[in-house]
Amino acid sequence: MASHIPDILRKHNSAILTDWLAEQARSFSRDTRARDDTPALSARFLGELADATAKGNVDDVDGEDFREIRALLEDLSRQRGLAGISPRDTAMFVFSLKKPLFARLRQELSGDALVDEMWSATTLLDRLGLLTTEAFQRTREQIIERQQQDMLELSTPVVKLWRGILALPMIGTLDSGRTQIVMESLLQKIAETEADVAILDITGVPTVDTLVAQHLLKTVAAARLMGADCIISGVRPQIAQTMVHLAIDMGDVTTKASLADAFAHALKRQGLTVVRAVKS
Amino acid sequence: MERIPILRMGRFLLVTVQVDLQDEVVQALQDDLTAKIVRYGARGVLLDISALEMVDSFIGRMIGHLAAMSRILDAHTVVCGMQPAVAITLVELGLSLGFVRTALNVEKGMKLLNEAIANDDPHGLLDAEDDERPL
Repeated sequence: MASHIPDILRKHNSAILTDWLAEQARSFSRDTRARDDTPALSARFLGELADATAKGNVDDVDGEDFREIRALLEDLSRQRGLAGISPRDTAMFVFSLKKPLFARLRQELSGDALVDEMWSATTLLDRLGLLTTEAFQRTREQIIERQQQDMLELSTPVVKLWRGILALPMIGTLDSGRTQIVMESLLQKIAETEADVAILDITGVPTVDTLVAQHLLKTVAAARLMGADCIISGVRPQIAQTMVHLAIDMGDVTTKASLADAFAHALKRQGLTVVRAVKS
Repeated sequence: MERIPILRMGRFLLVTVQVDLQDEVVQALQDDLTAKIVRYGARGVLLDISALEMVDSFIGRMIGHLAAMSRILDAHTVVCGMQPAVAITLVELGLSLGFVRTALNVEKGMKLLNEAIANDDPHGLLDAEDDERPL
């Protein structure tokens, strides 16, 4: 026997839509951004749902018949994900349809037919809800991935301080992937500018363990192979203590407490001095 | 087999590697270089590897050996113009060549050599011997 759901959806379209919108308005948290395009989307969704279910398979949401619905929901989830709306509010778009739809089912049907249709409607809406949540999750993951990439690129600038002096202020945790990028961009810049001295500033590195120290020493060794000297600056008191406790040997690498000290040292190495301007 | 040219520039020898180093080429270079250091009484060797794009552990070690041999023959050695990728590879291979002096380009390498020699021999006593030594 064909399902009654499409017929009921069509017959009570405007009533269901009104109830649904009221339901959505109630269930949404105070965030109003979700509501701007909701009426139009909801009306479209109801129409598409009636069309899809009329084709026969009421709960085959992965099938061909539901392609339009899936596209609509994924689009909606993506937009809400990008707008920073909570997953709960995004999922409630579908779940809040249950109450108005069930009310109409109860009005139209009775007995076994009612139970059967309730079951198919629940399954259908649950699956659509899951679909929404999955799409939402995917969008958020894409955002996180993009931000990670941005951070990776943003956090490794190589700055020219003076002719022949480069500085590399490092921010954030140093793992192998980041060190590789840091090393490559620094060496590239050394080759381009023919800088004699590079200052690695680790003020923004929260912790230095044996692995991070090893990464730093590798960078210093590679720069030295190219003919540039490295100074490590921005060693905080706790980090100095940790390094001694971990018995990290920095070899003959010059270390300085602040970037200013390192810069002064680099200038001195270049044979430059800074003098106070004489007041006339 | 290709041979790498060794140019004499006053008290120094200039070795410019323009081809990718094959193992036997390096072997021949070691022979040639040591022979010429002795023959010309060279005080310094500039090894320009700016055209070298790829190294393996063997070549890396050979660069170290070249520097060590020159030093035994009392010639200062400066490796110049190492490409970033080569430097990274050597470090990853664990070859930091700690005892080798390095410079960014030939010009800076030459300056480094001049300084080293000025330290060794401030009065230029060793320069008097300008003739080739007999083989």
